[in-house]
Amino acid sequence: MTDDQEKPGTPASDDWTQVSRRGWIKTLVSVPVLGVFFYNFLRKRAADEAKKQAVMAELGVQESGPAVIANAISKPPSERIRVGIIGYGGEGEALVRHAGFAAPDWIEDARKRVADDPRDKQLETYLTQDDLNIAITGVCDVFDVRAERGVAASAIDVRPGNGGSNPPAKRFRRYTDMLESGDVDAVIIGTPDSWHARMTVDAAAAGIHVYCEKCFTRTEEEALAAHAAVTNSNIVFQLGHQNRQSEAHNKAREVIAANILGPITLVESTTNRNTPWGAWVWDIHEKGSPETIDWAQFEETAPNKVPFSLERFFRWRCWFDYGTGLAGDLLSHEYDGVNQILQVGIPASCVASGGIYYFKDGRDVPDTFQAVYEYPDRDLTFVYSATLANGRDRGLTFMGHDASMRVSGSLSVQAEYDSTRYQQKIEDKLIDPSQPMFTYRPGFKGIDAVTSATERYFASRGLLYTYRGGRRVSAYHLLIGEWLDVIRNGGETSCNIERAFEEAITCHMATRSYLENRKVTWDPVRRRIV
Amino acid sequence: MTTVKANPYTGFQLGALVALRLLIGWHFFYEGLAKLVNPYWTSAEYIDQASWLFKGMFESIAASPGMVTAVDALNVWGLMAIGLGLIVGLLTRTATVAGIVVLGLYYIVAPPFVGLSYAMPTEGSYLVVNKVLIEAVALLVLFAFPTGRQIGIDAVVFRKRPALGQPQPQA
Repeated sequence: MTDDQEKPGTPASDDWTQVSRRGWIKTLVSVPVLGVFFYNFLRKRAADEAKKQAVMAELGVQESGPAVIANAISKPPSERIRVGIIGYGGEGEALVRHAGFAAPDWIEDARKRVADDPRDKQLETYLTQDDLNIAITGVCDVFDVRAERGVAASAIDVRPGNGGSNPPAKRFRRYTDMLESGDVDAVIIGTPDSWHARMTVDAAAAGIHVYCEKCFTRTEEEALAAHAAVTNSNIVFQLGHQNRQSEAHNKAREVIAANILGPITLVESTTNRNTPWGAWVWDIHEKGSPETIDWAQFEETAPNKVPFSLERFFRWRCWFDYGTGLAGDLLSHEYDGVNQILQVGIPASCVASGGIYYFKDGRDVPDTFQAVYEYPDRDLTFVYSATLANGRDRGLTFMGHDASMRVSGSLSVQAEYDSTRYQQKIEDKLIDPSQPMFTYRPGFKGIDAVTSATERYFASRGLLYTYRGGRRVSAYHLLIGEWLDVIRNGGETSCNIERAFEEAITCHMATRSYLENRKVTWDPVRRRIV
Repeated sequence: MTTVKANPYTGFQLGALVALRLLIGWHFFYEGLAKLVNPYWTSAEYIDQASWLFKGMFESIAASPGMVTAVDALNVWGLMAIGLGLIVGLLTRTATVAGIVVLGLYYIVAPPFVGLSYAMPTEGSYLVVNKVLIEAVALLVLFAFPTGRQIGIDAVVFRKRPALGQPQPQA
């Protein structure tokens, strides 16, 4: 271009408001690029939308979250439920906190954690949960320090929803004293598994509602007895499987109901953890001693009596005397997740194997454990595979002829290359089997700091928190809320006594198979493992 | 007194510069629009992987749903505004500077420096220099050699007005 040519900035004529035709062309020459852009954009949108609609119509599921489970809380003080906690250890403390009563030192630590890392949401989640309109009126623990912490928590003034503080709970040295005191309407049982059945049976006899931690019982016989006690009573029972409240698990149920996967022949669930904490090498409290721990009471239900042992008291999951190791602790969650999604019930048979291959610290439960369950009437095998010495994320996968579904905190469904149902859509390139054809990611726009490896494991299973209407909520809180709602308004808990019995028997089949080194079967008529 | 040429470029130079401006504008505009129409998109994951000097600050942003919503909106509408400005040549220099700032922020969130690693995969291999940095420097070139007043709406918006005392145009 030369100087004598027209310049858009210097109009050729003296009239500065005039822009020559050539000037306009130079001004607007790039605008058609927008036309090309939108032509391509709309074409891409239309193609993507058509593809999505075709897939969604074929699948018959909604993109949206599952229906929100109502959480009715009766607020009148007359409907306040008096709750006792039996076993205020790690799990018991968490349950009481999620019910709205955090220990004072937990609040202090949580405030420090937020100051260190603003992504830490534990305090916020606690403070924004619903006030469930309960009072903690009784605390029972055989370790003085924990019992005192529980009493302090019951009177905490930092409460969700600005709920005021309550008078401190009464401490009971034996749970039977609590059941007989008339001070509690309901109990949360957070003791070692060896106590669950006895406490549930006694609470049912006293007409006191029970929220019991998994595993439901330590043995098959206990499961039969506790099941009979609860079904013959009018109490409301809930087993502590928080996955029942996970949005992803509820969505997975919809996917199964819509038969998107086709015939499912294999379900693989896994536990991978790689920390001492994840293998139950828990802290030994500095104040733990024969003076502060009622050891005789602790081991009352244990089949083998041994001298006082801090390791056994604080790391009880490492011994079959008090629990069932991986079967009761983590297989129980995995199985209940599968039972929730597929409603499989008790399997016909089980073969389990494993060993103590890494944590050779005196424990007698395996740290590496595999169990294979058969459901011939469902044409289904359920495999559980676990190691406590590797942290690879293997997840929970449902394998059907037409598609696979992976469930973790989120959910994704991927078509099979050789699917019969999706064959045409794969040929038409509407479905790409190398990509998930459906993903569902509950949650809000933000990042939570879930710091420890064990927490990451639990979060991936929907066991720590889930989402309701985009808000992060503790899954424990929802499950306790559901239990209280059924106590007040009637209905059925999602992990009721039947689900609890199925969970216990399924876990005990694996334990029996492992200990007896043989295949075991379930006799549904005699209701016995044989 | 020096004379400022209204158009200092040859046709080839102008064409090349405008082509670069259009392509970068297209990229910005589509990045914004694609985020706008994707209900699941959020900047949280990208911000959360922050390394290097501003790690703490970006992690705080990612942790706050309110901040993330604001950052998401700024991203979507900012990218679209910059893209549109570059394509049609409107407020081109402002759009160019804003683009450099935005890309600069993307770069410092996750610079490919020795010793820093990221969970999010990249589509190529980068050491110190990545495509974000290259695009930012390309915008710097466009800032040094502006074209909005030659090809673009700025030609009308910023056209020279007569100095005071000169005869006003006839109606």
